[in-house]
Amino acid sequence: MSVIRIDNVTKVYRSGQNEVPALRGVNLAVDAGEMLAIMGASGSGKSTLMNILGCLDMPTSGEYHLDGVHVNELSRNQLADLRNQKLGFVFQGFNLLARTSALENVELPLLYDRSGRQLDTRALAAQALEHVGLGNRLDHVPSELSGGQQQRVAIARALVMHPRLLLADEPTGNLDSRTSVEIMALFQELNDRGITILIVTHEADISAYCRRIVEVRDGLILRDEPVASRRRAARDLETLAAPPPVAAAAHAPTPHAPTPHAPTPHAPAQGPA
Amino acid sequence: MKRSTLVRIAVQSILKNKMRTLLTMLGIVIGVAAVIVMVAVGQGAQSRIEEQINNLGTNLVVVTPGSSQAGGVSQGAGTFNRLTVEDAEKLEREGTLFAAVSPVIVSRAQVIGGQGNWRTMINGVSTEYFSIRDWQAADGSLFSEADLRGMRKVVLLGHTVAASLFPDGDAVGQQVQIRSVPFKVAGVLSAKGQTASGSDQDDVVVVPYTTARSRLSGFARVQMILASTYSPADIAAAQEEVRSLIRESHRLGDDDDDDFTVRNQSDLAEAASGTTRVMSWLLAAIASISLLVGGIGIMNIMLVSVTERTREIGIRMAIGARGADVLTQFLVESVVISVLGGLIGLALGFGGAALLGHITGWSTETPPQAVLIAVGFSAAVGVFFGFYPARQAASLDPIQALRYE
Repeated sequence: MSVIRIDNVTKVYRSGQNEVPALRGVNLAVDAGEMLAIMGASGSGKSTLMNILGCLDMPTSGEYHLDGVHVNELSRNQLADLRNQKLGFVFQGFNLLARTSALENVELPLLYDRSGRQLDTRALAAQALEHVGLGNRLDHVPSELSGGQQQRVAIARALVMHPRLLLADEPTGNLDSRTSVEIMALFQELNDRGITILIVTHEADISAYCRRIVEVRDGLILRDEPVASRRRAARDLETLAAPPPVAAAAHAPTPHAPTPHAPTPHAPAQGPA
Repeated sequence: MKRSTLVRIAVQSILKNKMRTLLTMLGIVIGVAAVIVMVAVGQGAQSRIEEQINNLGTNLVVVTPGSSQAGGVSQGAGTFNRLTVEDAEKLEREGTLFAAVSPVIVSRAQVIGGQGNWRTMINGVSTEYFSIRDWQAADGSLFSEADLRGMRKVVLLGHTVAASLFPDGDAVGQQVQIRSVPFKVAGVLSAKGQTASGSDQDDVVVVPYTTARSRLSGFARVQMILASTYSPADIAAAQEEVRSLIRESHRLGDDDDDDFTVRNQSDLAEAASGTTRVMSWLLAAIASISLLVGGIGIMNIMLVSVTERTREIGIRMAIGARGADVLTQFLVESVVISVLGGLIGLALGFGGAALLGHITGWSTETPPQAVLIAVGFSAAVGVFFGFYPARQAASLDPIQALRYE
């Protein structure tokens, strides 16, 4: 069954007298276990699509089904509950609560759980943080953590409710290239465990780690195809791990579609231009 | 979300801004403290008055001269005094409901004797006066029926008078002169303290009214007649009886108005506490204005806080907070601030009232309900002034809120 199915979705923003179409009839189906990149330049409509998929915004027309639920019919409160139960968000700017410990940040979605079950919120939060490799940073506040660690906390927060879909909006946008690869490795690991992941990005490097790429332009889907040769972030990390600068410089700059079986390390100043 | 969690989140976010929270609270702190101090002072005065009215005697009925009319123009209370000793004697003779009756003839005069002289109030009364007013001799003895009938020149000194004329405490048996008439000091009365209005009840000398009338010039009129009934239930009937007897004695026709006034103890208490009640209300009004100002302060800070934490609100909404959750969070925050302020104000108020009582010597009384009132009011202020900012927060659009810089 599809986790996401949208049919002919449009979104029109009004600004004064003008009507600005952001989406002009988008169809998309995402199955469980996929790892999908939505690409597009700014203004392409990918953020609007992301907001609609994240149940933060409603389409002007068209149908949206999330995990079998017809989202169009839901009230504001039901949307909030749906976000709580079925979606996990990861943002570019991490969006952690400042001056709040990692544990309490991860605990947050559990506090808004309305299913009525008895949850040991602390234990579940600690467990989620261990999953992302921060078991020893539970009491650190965001300002005491590196960017990569903060993003890991955000991922733990997104995962703690065991959502049907992880939505990541430019998750590596604020990270240096090595940390970006680390985060992508984490996403790939989670995906291997069966978690459906949707990443919005404008970086070809990042989308290369996904299984499928959807490109949006001018409110329409321009391209929707599987990634022929998917890169493994874990392998990229190995080669990044032992980089005497001289040795790294010996390698030629890598093309953007590396072959999976011949690990091609990035140039020292790798990452998107 | 669980209630304990809500309170925990509120307390956490309050503690993240300690200085600001403290300043925000200040309005409520001052407001509640002011209310408590005002109530304490008001209550203290009130119960002092009640105590003094009770001190006046039990089951008391007081007759005072009424107003006279000159050609239809009322001259006001006491302008024409027709109360006489005979009225009092008639009450004593013919009244059926009275345990005791005494006229009170009042004058001021210089009392000479002992260490010097002292200007004071001279009260001419009957022996029953002491039982009505529940007044005993601290030293020596009260005068007797025989003294009264014999118009003997005996005097009882009030505590203050005795202390100034005979500081050595040897007043009993000595001689004093009132208007050049020598009197023998029969006893010294026990101390009664001040009245509600601050006059000294012990600055007085008491003589038999017969003596006052016959031996001291200028004693003609009866200032008031005091009577006491056997039981409190008789007071209303006794007032009626007094009225008809004195009307008879004054030979008033059916069409004539009373030329005297009959009041009971609770009338007196009412009159006396009226002033303090007005004062209390006035002070309470001022105090509640400061509560109002405190509440506006809270609203202001909560609005700032909502703007400042727009992103946080967006995050919370994205991960599943409903509008009601956000509303409750901010409402709980403002209530916690105001109740905390209320509790601090309560402590300050109690302390302030005690200190004020200590410094000024006023009696202050902090009633236990004040705790409830203070906490209740401050919580109400928190809800009232926190609601608008909380609703602003709850109605934010999650997308806008997440993008807010």
